[in-house]
Amino acid sequence: MSTSTTARSARNLGLIHPLYVRITHWLNAIAVFIMLGSGWQIYNASPLFAFAFPPSLTLGGWLAGGLLWHFAGMWLFVANGLLYLALGLKKAHFRRKFLPLRVADVVGDLGAALTGRLSHADLAVYNAVQKLFYLGVLIAGLVIVASGLALWKPVQFKELAALCGGYEGARLVHFFAMASIVLFLAIHVLMAVLVPRSLRAMIRGR
Amino acid sequence: MRRARTRVAGVDAELLVNDAARLLPDPSRRRFLRQVGSLGALAMLTGCDITDAPSAEKALRKISEFNDWVQARLFNPNRLATTYPDSAVTRPFPFNAYYAEAEAPDVDEERYRLILDGLIANKQPWTLEQLAGLPQQTQITRLVCVEGWSAIGKWTGVPLRSFLERIGADLTAKYVHFVCAEGYFSSIDMPTALHPQTQMTLAFDGQTLPTRLGFPMRIRIPTKLGFKNPKHVIGMTVLNNYTGGYWEDQGYNWFSGL
Repeated sequence: MSTSTTARSARNLGLIHPLYVRITHWLNAIAVFIMLGSGWQIYNASPLFAFAFPPSLTLGGWLAGGLLWHFAGMWLFVANGLLYLALGLKKAHFRRKFLPLRVADVVGDLGAALTGRLSHADLAVYNAVQKLFYLGVLIAGLVIVASGLALWKPVQFKELAALCGGYEGARLVHFFAMASIVLFLAIHVLMAVLVPRSLRAMIRGR
Repeated sequence: MRRARTRVAGVDAELLVNDAARLLPDPSRRRFLRQVGSLGALAMLTGCDITDAPSAEKALRKISEFNDWVQARLFNPNRLATTYPDSAVTRPFPFNAYYAEAEAPDVDEERYRLILDGLIANKQPWTLEQLAGLPQQTQITRLVCVEGWSAIGKWTGVPLRSFLERIGADLTAKYVHFVCAEGYFSSIDMPTALHPQTQMTLAFDGQTLPTRLGFPMRIRIPTKLGFKNPKHVIGMTVLNNYTGGYWEDQGYNWFSGL
């Protein structure tokens, strides 16, 4: 089936999110939940900055438990992420949904969003701010996996670690990729609450 | 190995008794068993309380064993850890152990013997002087702690590979197990034991290895996390049985390769 016919048939069905997007979305939600909770547990064992995460928000009970969760959750996060990327590329999902992305549109839509004038009438079409956010979190996802690999295997993947600024650099990259994902998540969940139809669409598809 | 440990000379008997107590399962560490799945929100989300389910821990342990397998395959025996210039050495080098720095075992240099056991042709114990007489190698490499921090050290000692060859160890065996004066123990895979940078360290930063860093001998492995670099090593066994380790038995991943 060609890309255009897939898109057409999805539209004919009135689908906003095809099944594979919904399944990988919710599997990803579980994976991110595990990776954040266990990652914060690991962070607390040797904080990079002058703060620690509240233990009630962490997973695993102590460092070993956190590590077990983190290195189990990574398989779900990566396998599911690869499935989403492969299907998204095959079905031209990214090109149709996230591109083109123009600076002028982002500025205009951001102004509209902040003054409460940005329309969410058609959930199937992303405005420029959404495009920027979803592309941004995709990139943060790639960065967090790359820096995570560098931290896990700084000898076997030492070129990757060097790219991240060495082992200690990779710790910072991994942390800030996490922070951007958390920032995305805060806005993403807030928007889902403000526009409940979007949450329903991610469950039922329309 | 337990018998070998109690027979070993050069270790303060009283200290050994104290440390034997530490070898017993620590109740505070046992919380791992109960809390590994504890997160109120997760229980709410799934509608079931996995805190009481040992199955969650069992599943995580299985995945950890799978990760051991993956890491053994990712491990390239010829891939060297990055080495650094002398100026990069972390001074002072951090102390880290499950006991306080003042409690580090005071091993008597004169009475010290490295006890050998298992699949080894020549099990003659080694004195510190004999070990110091072997060809030495110096490396400046990064030690990465399981907690996340790292520090660069300058380590001098005998490549473990050359020592294993010298004593006629079965290099086709699966594991090398280490026992320490304070009761700590850990085991590693043979490919890592044979890695060119795996070392029986006798000196740090040009000085005799200080007590805080593992006098008289520590196993330095720049391709593994810090807890797999045992200090105060008094016993070494080559074997085909999995023996785990002090932290590994409590949940740290066994392979823990870098």
